[in-house]
Amino acid sequence: MKTSSLPLISVQNLTVEFGTREGPVTAVRDVSFDLARGETLGIVGESGSGKSVTSFALMGILDANGQVAQGEMTYSGIDLRRASPRQMRDIRGREISMIFQNPRSALNPIRKVGLQIEDILREHAVAVGGHARRQAVELLDRVRIRDPEKRYHAYPHELSGGMCQRVVIALALACKPRVLIADEPTTGLDVTTQKTIMDLIRDLATEQGLSTILITHDLGLAANYCGRIVVMKRGEVVEAAPVDVLFGAPRHPYTRALIEATPRRSGTVRALLPPDDFRHGQPDPKPRCRALSAPLLTVEGLTKEFGAEGSGFGWLPWRKGVETDKAFRAVDDLSFELHAGESLGLVGESGCGKSTTSMMIMRLLDPTQGSVRLDGEEISAIPSSKFARHPARAKLQFVFQDPTDSLNPRFTAARCISDPILRLGKLEGGKAVKARVEELADLVNLPLELLSRFPHQLSGGQKARVGIARAVALNPSLLILDEPTAALDVSVQAVVLNLLADLRAQLGMSYLFVSHDLNVVRLLCERVVVMRAGIIVEEGATDQVMTTPKTAYTRELLASSPEPPPTLGALEAAE
Amino acid sequence: MKSWARLRMVLGRVGQALPALFGVIVVTFILTRALPGDPAVYFAGPAADEASIQQIREALGLDRPLYEQFVYYLGDLASGNLGVSISTGQPVLEELARRLPASLELTLGALLLSLAIAIPMGVLAATNPGRPIDHICRVIATAGVSLPTFFTGIALVFVFYYLLGWSPAPIGRLDFAYLSPPPITGFYTIDALLDGDPETAMAAAGQLLLPMITLALFTLAPIARMTRGAMLQALGSDFIRTAKAAGLSQRVILIRYAFRNAMLPVITTLGMVFSFTLGANVLVEKVFAWPGIGSFAVDALVVSDYAAVQGFVLTMAMLFVLLNLLIDIAYTLIDPRIEANG
Repeated sequence: MKTSSLPLISVQNLTVEFGTREGPVTAVRDVSFDLARGETLGIVGESGSGKSVTSFALMGILDANGQVAQGEMTYSGIDLRRASPRQMRDIRGREISMIFQNPRSALNPIRKVGLQIEDILREHAVAVGGHARRQAVELLDRVRIRDPEKRYHAYPHELSGGMCQRVVIALALACKPRVLIADEPTTGLDVTTQKTIMDLIRDLATEQGLSTILITHDLGLAANYCGRIVVMKRGEVVEAAPVDVLFGAPRHPYTRALIEATPRRSGTVRALLPPDDFRHGQPDPKPRCRALSAPLLTVEGLTKEFGAEGSGFGWLPWRKGVETDKAFRAVDDLSFELHAGESLGLVGESGCGKSTTSMMIMRLLDPTQGSVRLDGEEISAIPSSKFARHPARAKLQFVFQDPTDSLNPRFTAARCISDPILRLGKLEGGKAVKARVEELADLVNLPLELLSRFPHQLSGGQKARVGIARAVALNPSLLILDEPTAALDVSVQAVVLNLLADLRAQLGMSYLFVSHDLNVVRLLCERVVVMRAGIIVEEGATDQVMTTPKTAYTRELLASSPEPPPTLGALEAAE
Repeated sequence: MKSWARLRMVLGRVGQALPALFGVIVVTFILTRALPGDPAVYFAGPAADEASIQQIREALGLDRPLYEQFVYYLGDLASGNLGVSISTGQPVLEELARRLPASLELTLGALLLSLAIAIPMGVLAATNPGRPIDHICRVIATAGVSLPTFFTGIALVFVFYYLLGWSPAPIGRLDFAYLSPPPITGFYTIDALLDGDPETAMAAAGQLLLPMITLALFTLAPIARMTRGAMLQALGSDFIRTAKAAGLSQRVILIRYAFRNAMLPVITTLGMVFSFTLGANVLVEKVFAWPGIGSFAVDALVVSDYAAVQGFVLTMAMLFVLLNLLIDIAYTLIDPRIEANG
């Protein structure tokens, strides 16, 4: 037995390269860190920081074109870099396990989850025959899956995302490993699910004496569950420190920027920007509030049912009266108002009906019941197929969640932005359109030379700007923002949120901000509506909902979102 | 509970095939009515006068309204009456029943052979993308599909029968020296084995081999390409990464995780491949004097034997519907993700 002071995992000067057509690309450069026994280490970084590649290299599961170019990796004294494939296979799953992002796709879609657990038990000869089956059910029980006997027979598509992640955790812990690497384990899950999954991982780790590496983009999450954090940027470690030191006195400007950009329960939009941005300390832009005017958008008794029409064979005589699938009410008797110049947040977890609501207001979906009035004009009666050409359409614009998928890959940025102008605008002639597109690009701080590029040649933040420029092209009075920053890195999110705040102040639009994250919605909206299962649970001024929530659900929602510890600056300001 | 739902789903698929079958019957009915020429004139012969033509027209029911004719047509179909082939003088149904097994034996044999070669080839190519083996597989598959079947057939006959003498003469299903086995399945090789006559079985298999290879070469490409693509996609998916991270062995990952998932799209393409194999069959049967329904149909078409052509079209169409039904059912049973009303 070696001394316990020896790290369990040690990575020294790790460099990973990927062979591409343009020659080798270094994804990870000179990365070093140690993982002590029983420790929880966070590796935090934005996309492209090399945090996942580091863990893949550690596990020896890099893609075929990737290779460790330099450095040493040891696990409990074993040289991982020079271990034989056979040795590595024994280490994977039995000594070091890994769980992944997108739990649903991380499971074999056509194999029962119980059998997938059994596969691993058998592979490592932990259990055989009927014993393996019993153990698989036990494992499902241990990750707090209710009714494990029944769930053993479930296929991944029959389980929710959170359930799938529990199964993946069961897979990872099946052979009682000593190290668990969790790569973005809760990205894409709801905040309340995120909390239960993270708590589960923490509890199981304590129970089994696991050392954990948590890889995440979310500094707040890492701060809540890790003892020490390694911050990575573009393949390099910029800073490694215990949590309180990291937040109390970040040494690297990037760490500082990352801490600032993480949305919290308080603070301004401007404060999200990096400290060296000249706007950092400035007060937030003031919207031109006209809250006393007549409501811009009135939603009354809005209801959407799915599956109510039956199977399509209802007209057949022998299908008459046959009970078809029960109609599912995605949105149930929803009513709210939005005044000109005001911003309203629509908050809830996935499946709460917030996106369905925004689609009905946008007239992309026909409501089952209820009315939507825009500027006093009833628009819910216009069929969704006709609304695209309706004059009221120009007043309503939409910014989508995925900046990549919502842009036509064959259109240049300029063509994307000009699309609504050409369809609904009154501008004549290429010159006028071009001038307007350039004006819009200026408005969203998109460099003009990027206008001739195609979406795949733009970064995520630039694509988000193109989407926003396109949405404001016709000077809409209402902009519906459906999770506009959910797919972006926090530093980019900070910039985009500031841009949205500026645009609102300049153009006097109203926002309907749809999001799962109260901390983000809070930054732009004066009022919020909290939805759950198609109905409004709570409605009120943002500050009031954030500080003194009236319902248990809102309280749970607030408690679930991880709050990073206060920075030194914030502490000083409080004194 | 669950198996109930599956059974209901399967029955649902069968139910969905019925309208397609009915459509096939309607189309063949209209097809024969739309063909140029008056069948009554045709049947009456060149020497007939107006009165006798009218008489035949009445006898054939051609003076009735179309819907009534259709009802008669349905009645005939139900009783298995497909008319008489004028070129052979035999009832079309008997003719087809005798020839269909020959065609099916050839087509299914070719398809099995092709699968046995193409799937391992696709898997090999997918597990070694960009390596020499991948390129070799591509070349073989491309060559197979670019050579017309009649050419490959004749080339094979030339080499293996004429030059090397390894293969029997391309004169149909069985050499004259053997008696055809008692019909049980209609497939000579299987029937002979069931009859306990391995010698005849070998002879039949020998006759079958060259045309089978000819057809198999032709169908290699789509199956191999599809397998390669599906396998590459499966190997690149997240659950393979999970399996690797859990330390599963290469064999389990490749077969149980990647291959089974990759087979789903391949099964779907099989229906399409089968249909064009049947098409290619016509030429191969001609080259090898194979007494199948393809060569029968070509002969019938040449001499305007409408009853025979109609019977052929009907049989082929039914075959397609049934095959696609089988593939659908197989898919429903294999892929748990297909919902009951999906």
